Amino acid sequence: MIAFLIKRLYHALLVMFVISIIAFAIQDNLGDPIQQMVGQSVPESEREALREELGLNDPFLVQYLRFAGNAVQFDFGYSYTFNQPTTEVILRHLPATLELVAASTFLIIALSVPIGVYSAIRPRAWLSRFFMGVSIIGISIPVFLTAIVLIQIFAIGVSLSPFPADTGWGAWLNEALSTDGGMPAYGRGDPVNVFGTWDSNFASLEGLTYLVLPAVSLASIMLPLFIRLIRAEMLEVLQSEYVKFARAKGISLRRIYFIHALKNTMLPVITVGGVQIGTLVAYTILTETVFQWPGMGLMFLNAIQRSDVPLIVTYLMIVGLIFVITNTLVDLIYGLVNPTVKLTGKPA
Amino acid sequence: MTFKKTLLASVIGAAMTTAVLPSVASAETSLRMAYDADPVSLDIHEQLSGGILQLSHMSFDPLVRWNKDLSFEPRLATDWEQVDDTTMRMTLRDDVTFHSGNAFSAEDVVWTIERLKRSPDFKAIFEPIASVTAVDDTTVEITTTKPYPLLLNLATYVFPMDSAFYGGTDEDGDPKDEIVKNGNSFASTHLSGTGPYVVTERQQGVRIAFERFDDYWDEASPGNVDEIVMTPISENATRVAALLSGDVDFIAPVPPNDLERVREDEDVQLVTMSGTRIIFFHMNQERVEAFQDPRVRQAFAYAVNQEGIADRLMKGFATPAAQFSPDGYAGHVADLELRYDLERAKELMAEAGYEDGFEITMMAPNNRYVNDAKIAQAVAAMLARINVTVDLKTLPKAQYWGEYDDRAADMMMIGWHADTEDSANFHEYLTACPDPDTGAGQYNAGNYCNPELDKLVAEANLEVDLEKRAEMLQQVEQTLYDEAAFVPLHWQDLAWASAANVDIEPVLNVMNFPYLGDLVIHEE
Repeated sequence: MIAFLIKRLYHALLVMFVISIIAFAIQDNLGDPIQQMVGQSVPESEREALREELGLNDPFLVQYLRFAGNAVQFDFGYSYTFNQPTTEVILRHLPATLELVAASTFLIIALSVPIGVYSAIRPRAWLSRFFMGVSIIGISIPVFLTAIVLIQIFAIGVSLSPFPADTGWGAWLNEALSTDGGMPAYGRGDPVNVFGTWDSNFASLEGLTYLVLPAVSLASIMLPLFIRLIRAEMLEVLQSEYVKFARAKGISLRRIYFIHALKNTMLPVITVGGVQIGTLVAYTILTETVFQWPGMGLMFLNAIQRSDVPLIVTYLMIVGLIFVITNTLVDLIYGLVNPTVKLTGKPA
Repeated sequence: MTFKKTLLASVIGAAMTTAVLPSVASAETSLRMAYDADPVSLDIHEQLSGGILQLSHMSFDPLVRWNKDLSFEPRLATDWEQVDDTTMRMTLRDDVTFHSGNAFSAEDVVWTIERLKRSPDFKAIFEPIASVTAVDDTTVEITTTKPYPLLLNLATYVFPMDSAFYGGTDEDGDPKDEIVKNGNSFASTHLSGTGPYVVTERQQGVRIAFERFDDYWDEASPGNVDEIVMTPISENATRVAALLSGDVDFIAPVPPNDLERVREDEDVQLVTMSGTRIIFFHMNQERVEAFQDPRVRQAFAYAVNQEGIADRLMKGFATPAAQFSPDGYAGHVADLELRYDLERAKELMAEAGYEDGFEITMMAPNNRYVNDAKIAQAVAAMLARINVTVDLKTLPKAQYWGEYDDRAADMMMIGWHADTEDSANFHEYLTACPDPDTGAGQYNAGNYCNPELDKLVAEANLEVDLEKRAEMLQQVEQTLYDEAAFVPLHWQDLAWASAANVDIEPVLNVMNFPYLGDLVIHEE
């Protein structure tokens, strides 16, 4: 166990080292940060002075070693646009992103398990077919579009009148198709401060209303995938010998489905799920942009637009770290669910 | 039973009244607005950008400011007179207090202009000023090295800062008035101006909140907004959605693709205006020999259909241009006409010996100006009709400007707004003979060079007789047109939108500095 964790720590350092090298190597293609920091009429001499001051004229290796030397002491430099240490900027944006990811994860788990299991147990029921159909659509719609559609329907509202409004049934159908909107279209509102720099949307009912649309959009990417994964795994498990044997023995169906079968179904799902949480963090870039959700993703996109290299490098390294951590946690949980798995430092 | 019901009803009623009453009692008029970006700093001398100038007009007051018709309106300076060719005397208001409570005096103006002359972004435009002296508490004298006709234009950039507040050193021992581009300074996080709004909260990139300044001097202002919350929403679709859903009351800019949608919504109003930012293409004479021939350049100017681009691509959201200067600028020549004429273009190409055309490269940004990449594609297609093959590359703005500085393509797109709201500025940066030492022609990616024009502009900048000066600048504009120094496209229009009860129209202007201190919100 200890050896396993040490090995993972070593992995994390390696990942962050590689990311920092790559991010540093591409910085010249990210554009000139000076251009973003000065007005159009600033003469070249001033720009050059600023470039020199920021050390942008030094050779790649010198710049990288300076960065790495500071990074070892947890100093990742100053953001060009926020004029603050990048770690501070990211820590301030982190809670918003984590809350969004947590809410989506909750939605995904709460919906995918019952739907997946149901459609495996009753594969030919019309409800199962409906879920499968919707999930196909869900997979193929980009998150950006989902978000815009959600905003249009639930924030702005739509009024449709395809049916004759002067008849009673027509008016009723029109009414049913139209929405008033009213959900917040952007941002986090006024989140309640929990402690330090952590403002939470979970702490108030109003905060939750701000969370709903972004969380649903973000969940829409993974939800269909998980429903299909759970359904497929469950179907396979239900065909297996031990389930047949259990049935033959007369064990109650409920017990077979939810204790024996579901447990074995969840093993591969947990593996995939852990990796996907990291991916969800990456997808927050799109969701946060559309909803102007003030988290790390939105911050990262702005940093790219302004060529804020120190912030970009730090963000990428932290997301890399999140990937390593979630993978480690997944392996630990996997061990709990399936005790035959041994966590060792050696390759199996 | 009935008694119980009555009791219950009255309890609920009482609870509801108490719940509703406080919000009625404290009915403050507040404005929630969303711009595409927020100011990068609270230090108004750190960067010369639209966002910073918008902040300046909210939390500070300039000496003078522009009116809608581009004339000057007194603000902190009530009166000004030209003492001699190089000296202007300004009389200041005597009833003004800063947010900190300090009284405003002539010394603050002196201090502010001296600080501007130290700011990397502003020093170039404040170069002509030799010295500023406080004659007494309410009088300043501004002396220029040479006669300088644009002193009032410069005065629109002077937002007096609280010299006592920004004096001394902060906790770290750094001077409070230092201007730091990369790193925190006292001035980038603290603010004391004379303006209508005090900054109460700022989370960069998330929100910035303002409250009306109780001791604001301008009591004649109709403005009735008590608090403002500004959120940057960079995503166009979301900004529009926030307005349409009623989450915000005022947005800018309105993206052209959503103009119709906003116009048709009954609950919101749309205000558009022809802007002063010119969009055009440079033709690089150093890279392409053919561009040295004025006939080829003219042929290019004749081949481009500006009206078509403005109508179809920009959906009417642009004013086709044949010159740099928009209407209202000193150098604007009213009878310069659009010259789209394909036949004439072909003739000129034949005359110049390029009947069979040639190949060029072209670059344009794809997220800087409205529809920039599409415009470049359209221009490339139009040039194909005079047998010019265009190899077009579009880049995000972060990468584009580096390429632009390197003059990396034969034709490059740029948009320009004159910081001084004056025609000479166009020529100085865009078509003057490039000179790295003086900074002249810094953005002249066409390498067009006509020393006579440079001389004429230099003379115009010493001419205090504004009418005579305008004639000189018009002559410059005419020559640039005749020689087809560049391919003009259009002035980009401006668009704002607000809830119907927010009366934005009177406070908007072509510089895009909404004078929010004067904004009136009607009761719904």
